[in-house]
Amino acid sequence: MAATDTAEPSRRDFLYIATAAVGAVGAAATVWPLISQMNPDASVLALALAEVDLAPIAEGQIVTVKWRGKPVFIAHRTKKEIEEARAVPLAQLIDPQSDEARVKKGHEQWLVVVGICTHLGCVPLGHQGSYGGWFCPCHGSEYDTSGRVRRSPAPYNLEVPPYEFASDTLVRIG
Amino acid sequence: MSGHSSYQPQNRLLRWFEARLPVGWLIHSSFVAYPTPRNLNYWWTFGGILSFMLTVQIVTGVVLTMHFTPTATQAFDSVEHIMRDVNYGWLLRYLHANGGSMFFLAVYIHMFRGLYYGSYKEPREVLWILGVIIFFLMMASAFMGYVLPWGQMSFWAATVITNLFSAIPIFGKGITEWLWGGYAVDNPTLQRFFSLHYLLPFMIAGVVVLHVWALHVVGQNNPTGIDVKSDKDTVPFTPYATAKDGFALVCFLILLAWFVFYIPNYLSHPDNYIPANPLQTPPHIVPEWYFLPYYAILRAIPSKLIGVIALFASIAVLAFLPWLDTSKVRSARYRPLFRQFFWIFVICCIGLGYLGSKQPEGLYVIAARILTAYYFLYFLVILPVLGLIERPKAVPASISEAVLPKGGAPVAAGAAAPDRNG
Ligand code: HEM
Ligand code: FES
Repeated sequence: MAATDTAEPSRRDFLYIATAAVGAVGAAATVWPLISQMNPDASVLALALAEVDLAPIAEGQIVTVKWRGKPVFIAHRTKKEIEEARAVPLAQLIDPQSDEARVKKGHEQWLVVVGICTHLGCVPLGHQGSYGGWFCPCHGSEYDTSGRVRRSPAPYNLEVPPYEFASDTLVRIG
Repeated sequence: MSGHSSYQPQNRLLRWFEARLPVGWLIHSSFVAYPTPRNLNYWWTFGGILSFMLTVQIVTGVVLTMHFTPTATQAFDSVEHIMRDVNYGWLLRYLHANGGSMFFLAVYIHMFRGLYYGSYKEPREVLWILGVIIFFLMMASAFMGYVLPWGQMSFWAATVITNLFSAIPIFGKGITEWLWGGYAVDNPTLQRFFSLHYLLPFMIAGVVVLHVWALHVVGQNNPTGIDVKSDKDTVPFTPYATAKDGFALVCFLILLAWFVFYIPNYLSHPDNYIPANPLQTPPHIVPEWYFLPYYAILRAIPSKLIGVIALFASIAVLAFLPWLDTSKVRSARYRPLFRQFFWIFVICCIGLGYLGSKQPEGLYVIAARILTAYYFLYFLVILPVLGLIERPKAVPASISEAVLPKGGAPVAAGAAAPDRNG
């Protein structure tokens, strides 16, 4: 294009641009499979469901189960822990969310959260830290009895995975 | 690199070959006849040491791969198999693991050398930036290599580092899952890391070729920081630089051997001899020593996103250094003020390394914040301003004037003696 001096775009300019455009589309179409192959594959996606029997989990106990390769905490909360979680004014929270919104109605004693610190992915330790919930050993984030972040650097609350109660003692995650 | 005619092999067969592909000329002009400043000190021997260490890593790595199995169920056991069953497996693995550490020791010395003597300044900007790229690739290779034995530290290092990308707004989650090939670090992550760990060192080797090419275009800097002006300022690479580099390399290898044979696990973490467990984070996770300063910067900042940005910025800022330092004088020898700030900077980096190994609590956090601030101030404020306000000392007219006895005539011992000035 640089070689042509004419003020008007010539037919050759058009050919150059059209060729480059087709080439770019072709290159993108070629690169896409190379990038996409790195995404979670079908066998990983297939493992996306976990069932947990709640009967053996005593009040005050936290168990860790594996779902999609990640730890999930199932906490059987005491009355006191639930009250503590509900007493906090939302304005005090880093990532404001009510405890009610993080548990299922009628199953308030059960807190189900992904056991991965929202900072850089370590597994926080249960019943530790100043908020009675979790403490992350990696960079010191703390979570309360609702799994909400109370001390940075973690920016968000522990994630609540999709789950449902199949019965009062059986929970299905995923 | 001067004309092809300068190198003429005696042997007829070699002459025949040389006329068709002048490899001999390339080697001769780059590593034999190549003029090097006559006043280079031992800080200039680390380039050669680095090239050697890259070769060590590639050779031991290729051999380790013959016995290593890159899957989540077998990686840990196959490393133990290398340690216990394979002939000299322990030696190869310890050489590779400690070789990685020594590689970083050498690159840090090499980089501080550049900072002190102003080797990044005009006309060596591209040379310097290629170096920063090599450094970045080295960090990526070492990180992925550390994941391969699939111990607890491997797994959690992989988790924490890949999660850095989750700080990216909106796309963060998608990017991390794409990097993992799953919803957490797992077998697919290990397999791709192995593939890349094998590839990256060869990319490094490619950039090293460009780095050395750029070096030979603009010529080496030297302790005075002034340009080579005449033949009197230089000596031929062989025997002068080859002998000096060789001696330094041997000393360096003694250090490597000391680690490999006497304290092979000193620089690693006992937790990495526990197989990876995705459900339990070790109580105290720290990266390898050479990443500690960056880790300290990451943790000094209470916000996740800004912490991650600071971490990457602390490396990226190096690439802009040629334009951040406004002083025309290269060597710190003639920059009294710069020299003081430079040494504070060195102490700052070591301090950050120390803090990176400590729990992020109380005074440690405050100290890490102060040092992080200095790290960035050094590049973004101190260097630009110093160049404008500092009065450099008088710079000698030429290298030979600076290092040869008065009268300037090249004396027989002149090439060896000037080291004292380093
Ligand atoms: C830039 C150069 C390289 C660096 C800095 C590097 C670094 C590392 C590190 C730190 C480890 C972990 C060692 C441990 O704790 O056990 C490792 C492991 C490994 N590397 Fe490399 N490496 C390099 C080049 C290579 C190359 C070129 C290959 C293959 C061709 C390779 C193959 C391996 C294998 C198979 C392992 C796993 C066995 C083991 O853990 O010892 N490396 N590398
Ligand atoms: S990963 Fe939990 S605080 Fe950093």
